Amino acid sequence: MRKTMMVLGMAAAVAVSSASVAEAKTFRWAFQGDAQSLDPHSLNETFTLGLLGNVYEGLVRRGPDLQTSSRHWPRSWESRGPEIAGGFHLRKGVKYHNGNAFTADDVVFTYERTIAEGSDVKTRMATVATVNKVDDHTVDFVTTAPNPILTSEWATWYIMDKEWSEANGSARPTDVTAGKENHATRNANGTGPFIVVSRETDVKTVMKPNPMWWDKDVKHNLTEVILTPIGSDATRVAALLSGEIDMMYPVPVQDMKRINDNADTSVMAGPELRTIFLGMDQSRDELLHSSVKGKNPFKDIRVREAFYRAINIDAIKSKVMRNLADPSALMISPKLFASHAAKFKRVEYDVKKSKELLAAAGYPDGFEVGMDCPNNRYVNDEKICQAAVAMLAQASAIKVNLLAQPKALYFKKVLRPSWDTSFYLLGWTPGSFDSWNVMYNIIGSPKDSGRGKFNLTGYANPKFDALTDKVLSETDAVKRDEMIRQAYRMSVDDIAYIPLHQQGLAWGKKKSISLKQRADNQFMLYHVTVN
Amino acid sequence: MLAFIVRRLIQSVVVMFFVAMLAFAMFRFVGDPVHQMVGIETSLEEREALRVKLGLRDPIYVQFARFVGNAATGEFGISYQHQRLVSDMIRERMPATLELSIISALFSLFVGVPMGVYTGLHRHGWLSKVFMTASLIGISLPTFLIGILLIFVFAVLLGWLPSFGRGEVVELGFWRTGLLTVSGLKALIMPAFTLGLFQLTLIMRLVRAEMLEVLRTDYIKFARARGLTNRAVNFGHALKNTLVPVITITGLQLGSIIAFAIITETVFQWPGMGLMFLQAIQNVDIPIMAAYLIMIAFFFVAINLIVDMLYYVVDPRLRVDVAKAHGHG
Repeated sequence: MRKTMMVLGMAAAVAVSSASVAEAKTFRWAFQGDAQSLDPHSLNETFTLGLLGNVYEGLVRRGPDLQTSSRHWPRSWESRGPEIAGGFHLRKGVKYHNGNAFTADDVVFTYERTIAEGSDVKTRMATVATVNKVDDHTVDFVTTAPNPILTSEWATWYIMDKEWSEANGSARPTDVTAGKENHATRNANGTGPFIVVSRETDVKTVMKPNPMWWDKDVKHNLTEVILTPIGSDATRVAALLSGEIDMMYPVPVQDMKRINDNADTSVMAGPELRTIFLGMDQSRDELLHSSVKGKNPFKDIRVREAFYRAINIDAIKSKVMRNLADPSALMISPKLFASHAAKFKRVEYDVKKSKELLAAAGYPDGFEVGMDCPNNRYVNDEKICQAAVAMLAQASAIKVNLLAQPKALYFKKVLRPSWDTSFYLLGWTPGSFDSWNVMYNIIGSPKDSGRGKFNLTGYANPKFDALTDKVLSETDAVKRDEMIRQAYRMSVDDIAYIPLHQQGLAWGKKKSISLKQRADNQFMLYHVTVN
Repeated sequence: MLAFIVRRLIQSVVVMFFVAMLAFAMFRFVGDPVHQMVGIETSLEEREALRVKLGLRDPIYVQFARFVGNAATGEFGISYQHQRLVSDMIRERMPATLELSIISALFSLFVGVPMGVYTGLHRHGWLSKVFMTASLIGISLPTFLIGILLIFVFAVLLGWLPSFGRGEVVELGFWRTGLLTVSGLKALIMPAFTLGLFQLTLIMRLVRAEMLEVLRTDYIKFARARGLTNRAVNFGHALKNTLVPVITITGLQLGSIIAFAIITETVFQWPGMGLMFLQAIQNVDIPIMAAYLIMIAFFFVAINLIVDMLYYVVDPRLRVDVAKAHGHG
């Protein structure tokens, strides 16, 4: 009897396992690096937050088109007076991976964790004064001033379980000087569609779908997901071509053709939100790195225009970027400023005019200037700089001394406090998907308050700053867009920067995989189908 | 004997100290770790606060003293990037590097010695010429190129071997091994070959030269005169006498195989210490860099010490000389 039972049991087990084998859809993918930590508050970086977006969830969610989706936790929220963003009615019945219920306490706890020392996502809550629990499923956010874009960064503001975090000593983000590891660094307990099964940093991260996930409308057919970072470009491409992995990114631009030529694989390309641009120091009285002494040629708008006109953006697009770029007239992706972006045009490439402008400014024979460039940060960053150097030499007899170095050295040199640059290449994506971020951080006048902290050109325009402040609190969308347009018009007319392009995204995948590519370069596993 | 070891140990400590000093000097030129630890929107004040907290604003001698103190106690702190204990990370990564290094050392030894013997015995055979030409390629092609060529042929074109990683691993207590699974062994072939190729050619050429030398000696002629079989002469008498320098070189090369596994590990995404070190350099992850450099220095010093002591044991003349020197002194 007992034997029969055992045999039956075994037969059943075999039947079950073979059935699951038949349906098992394991999805293997690779990125060039790994998420630094599973702690959702320890690093504000695209890949880390993107990966964690499969495990944790924010109060709002963005769809593949980056629009705030209606499928998020708070079923609704309303404004209760100008300073209270109001009652967020949280979805009921949402559970964490360990079975704990999701409640308003978790939101309040996450707020406290976010503003604690060691958190790198404080900007998500920058304008929030307090978070109050109204009842178990209602939360009020009280802001310091009316904020029309309060929730725009919340898709990557991930809610953690208070009970789990406190029980595991992870009530605060990791303190790197404390000398010990935080439990949340390698363990995760979110409410999201995937559960982390195992995690070996930089080697392998295995996830499985969360059967309890509340959103039954989003369909994918994965049963297991394996992420293996592959740092070397050539190896990553080879792994895709040989079929060992189903998907990988980024695809090096020079390998796009090879992947498309292969029968089983293809490249998905599209514009990213990141804007690549050149900046010129126009605030110092004498450039740090130049043959011109006693004055700063970039203070003269004719010189800035001459530089702009010397750049052949179409050549950069086709030769350097192999068409994986969209030339840009603005410091923000047109996707994020759809209402007016089309009204802005790039200053035209015109070698003759460039020469005339330089001569008029008093530099008929050009001059020498040093340029800083990263060589491992953006798509083909160093090659773009080399192309710019060649174009400037050819068009305007400007001799540019290029210093291209790894990002660790580059950022140390150009960013404040050292702020040691005269001419540089940088890229920027507004984390909030909104112009105010660009206006405040990149174009605004550098001030101790934090305004213009990444404005390395020193461009300072009080009128621009005044508009920036108005934009921050204007709640009427049409008026707000018009103010943004006026501000951009000012900075574009001043040639505060030379915008180059929105760099492109290139994801390589097997043709049998269908997925959705988001312009913010976040990869959501719940959009993947293995055919 | 004891005095010899003590003297050697003191020298080792001095060497380690200088390595620590060089490593520390190097950290100052790789960049600012703080910009790699935070997102781009983090404010300048917070960046500066983090710098102060990490002790990067302390006087240089204070930083160095702290670094040496930590290194001496084996305490390397938390990785800036991964926010994990460096000692844990090294313990996890070391088996991968050691397995790869030892397998490729064994491969170069067990293939290189027979090839050396063969080319020594059959100097003008066509196979010897093939070996010698092939070994030139092995010496002159850079490792990453060999790696990428192998991946292209065996992973992409033929699909026989995996292009990256270590395959399935098995936990044996603290040791995570890839030697017990089929996928682990398959994954090992290309990296081990790539890493061992240079050593292989070195050993082959060394054995060949030694064999040519030994085969000319009188005792080989006597052995032949005694009517011994070719096998007994070639392997029992000739090869045995070539092995002393071969063993020395192999032992010393083991250290450099471990140290120079960096390139091979990067090409094959082999999850060892070398790959971790390279990523640490890119991200200015000072705790990992420090731990790795100190550990590699320790390997070298330890291997040298052992080799020195083996000489002392093996070579009677060394002992006599020391005794004489003491006698005269």
